[in-house]
Amino acid sequence: MAEIDGVTFHDLYEEYPDFYIDVEREKALLEGHDRIVWQHPLYWYSSPALLKQWFDVVLQYGWAYGPGGDALKGKTVKSVITTGSGPRSYDRKGHHRFTIDEFLRPFEQTAVLCGMVYEEPIVFFKALESEGDELAEAASTYHRWLSQK
Amino acid sequence: MSPVFVNAFIYLLCAVIAVPVAKRLGLSSVLGYLLAGIVIGRFGLGLIGEEGESVMHFAEFGVVMMLFLIGLELEPSMLWKLRIPILGLGGGQLVFTTVAFMALALLCGLSWQVSLAIGLALSLSSTAIALQSLQEKGLAGTVGGRSSFSVLLFQDIAVIPILAAFPLLATFSPESVASADHGEGGSAFHEWLSHQPGWVNTLMVLGAVVGIIVAGRFVVKPVLRLIARTRVREAFVAFALLLVVGIALLMDSLGVSAALGTFLAGVVLADSEYRHELEADIEPFKGLLLGVFFIAVGASIDFGLVVEKPWVIAGIVAALIFLKAAVLFGLGLLWKLKMDQRSLFALGLAQGSEFAFVLLGFGVSEGVFTTDLAQMLTAGVALSMGITPLVMIFEEKVLRKRFGTQETENRPADEMNENAPVILAGMGRFGNFIVRMLRHQGIESTVIDHDSDHIDMIRKYGMKAFYGDATRYDLLEAAGAREAKLLVIAIDNEEQIGQLIETARKHFPNLQILSRAMSMSHQYELIEKGIEYAVHQNSGSALQLAEHALVRLGRRSYQASRAARTFAKKDLERTHATVPFHRDQSAMIDVVRKQVAEMERQFERDQEEPNEELDKAWDTERIRNDLAEGRLPLD
Repeated sequence: MAEIDGVTFHDLYEEYPDFYIDVEREKALLEGHDRIVWQHPLYWYSSPALLKQWFDVVLQYGWAYGPGGDALKGKTVKSVITTGSGPRSYDRKGHHRFTIDEFLRPFEQTAVLCGMVYEEPIVFFKALESEGDELAEAASTYHRWLSQK
Repeated sequence: MSPVFVNAFIYLLCAVIAVPVAKRLGLSSVLGYLLAGIVIGRFGLGLIGEEGESVMHFAEFGVVMMLFLIGLELEPSMLWKLRIPILGLGGGQLVFTTVAFMALALLCGLSWQVSLAIGLALSLSSTAIALQSLQEKGLAGTVGGRSSFSVLLFQDIAVIPILAAFPLLATFSPESVASADHGEGGSAFHEWLSHQPGWVNTLMVLGAVVGIIVAGRFVVKPVLRLIARTRVREAFVAFALLLVVGIALLMDSLGVSAALGTFLAGVVLADSEYRHELEADIEPFKGLLLGVFFIAVGASIDFGLVVEKPWVIAGIVAALIFLKAAVLFGLGLLWKLKMDQRSLFALGLAQGSEFAFVLLGFGVSEGVFTTDLAQMLTAGVALSMGITPLVMIFEEKVLRKRFGTQETENRPADEMNENAPVILAGMGRFGNFIVRMLRHQGIESTVIDHDSDHIDMIRKYGMKAFYGDATRYDLLEAAGAREAKLLVIAIDNEEQIGQLIETARKHFPNLQILSRAMSMSHQYELIEKGIEYAVHQNSGSALQLAEHALVRLGRRSYQASRAARTFAKKDLERTHATVPFHRDQSAMIDVVRKQVAEMERQFERDQEEPNEELDKAWDTERIRNDLAEGRLPLD
């Protein structure tokens, strides 16, 4: 994905192993891009801790939301999620009792509060067990979407 | 003007000129002093004449101070650990060397009494020169250095019985009744003492030793505390000097080596909290006096005699150096010292001693030696002392390199083909953390270190380790530098780090170089060289401590941690930004001033508005205001 023209691959855990996020740099990156992807595995029905930290420190009051907070207005956001379980377990009667959309509500509303358009998420289920063709197909789906102008 | 000042001026001028010049030329300061002494002595410019000898006696006090300082470094438990080398190596050295010289003297047709006296006098080595050279080269802590120290300590103790034995070896009645040289005959106490049987003297010496130990523990420590409390630094310095001078006087009046007494006092005070203060106070006096002593030795070398009887003197010097080195080398072999340590041990101690001057003078006054013989021996001893620094240079530049090679080539061949991804140079205080941390992650390092005992210890833990100088190309290659990914430099010598980087760059461009920086300026240099990563050796731990200090002052841990990271980041940015100017001091000052001003402005801004990113993100104050003024549509 990193090689696609116009796409910046930004690995938070690689950049900030000590959780010390460079807020000004992150803001500049956000301002320089129109479409944003929050790509992460689903950890305890949410994002890993560093992405949560990223929300906490980067999306500042008066910049991302609140009075004068319109830096992100009009951008689009998409969650790209991998899960351990299969699709059937994310159901009222399934193992996790709620749908993926329900679990992703905080991300959706975060985007909306910042004036962004929250697109339909892409979810790769059973990521731990996928291999071969299945994995290649998932990757190419994602790649195709990323390559769209 | 008083001649004392003129002399002081000449000696100090010598020290100020000779030492920097010697250092510039890569020689030890001892050699600088000795050469300066020769230049200003009777056979050079003639700036100092006969008084050189009395100056030497005065300056011998530097040796006394040095032993006090060494004692301070040695806790009693440590001394106890050294008892076997002291007795074994020291005793062996003294006995074998004495026998060797005695045999040589007998061959020259001297009587057995005179031969024995010569053997005893020449068996001693120079504490001043040997230890000063070892310390200066940072070799005092090596096995060879410690062994040398054991021998020297034994010799210091042995001087007492040797002095006592000399009168028994007299073969004719003394030429002069009172010798000016050891000039102790004056006091009534000494007069009384000399008429007592031997056991009284022995008892008095034992009493003095016990007295020093007891007084050190129960009197000196409380007094030190008392004086320290006054916070008058001069008082402390005065007391430190008083202590050393007092003990030296006491021991001297009993006819015992003053150096031994102060050494003992040092050991007693080694575990006191004032140890470092005492060290710092005595150190400059010691250094200066030793310098003066070396100058005096240089000045006292009798070149007239050398010209007159060149072959005899040359023979004495050669015998001093080669016989001593041979005996020490044999002992080192017996003691299973590694080759490199053995050569250091053997050559470092291969010279005559300042005690020999005393013994030879005493021997003349007691009717053991003729004046002629004593003068020749004295000239030989002084010359051998002067040559030692040259011998040490030979040892360092020629022998050690060669032995280093042998040491590694003797290792089994399968261990020569290393394939660890990391080569670590230097396994000291810094390197050992790196090796252990990587090992914890299952990553093996090939360690190169120049301390052979260190290496054996590391190997015992099952790690790969090479003995030798990491700056050498062949050693790096043997350590697997062609296949390794990283070269981690953890040695503590800027010059060697520079050499190592150069060698690695030239021959192993595949290696990424990560290095310890010894100082700010060194870090600049490393950044300039463009190595992959350089970290100031103290930055990590110091910032950890500062972070902890913030916590103790009441900051929340997370806030303190972020503050430390912010600082570290800014500091690194600043370092990189100032690399171009670091050599130009005025430009540097200018840049740093601007940065300080900027930091102050930043601090003022922070007082008004929070700059901590988290605070900004969670700026509840602002949200509260906006709520109160109806700017937020929240229910």
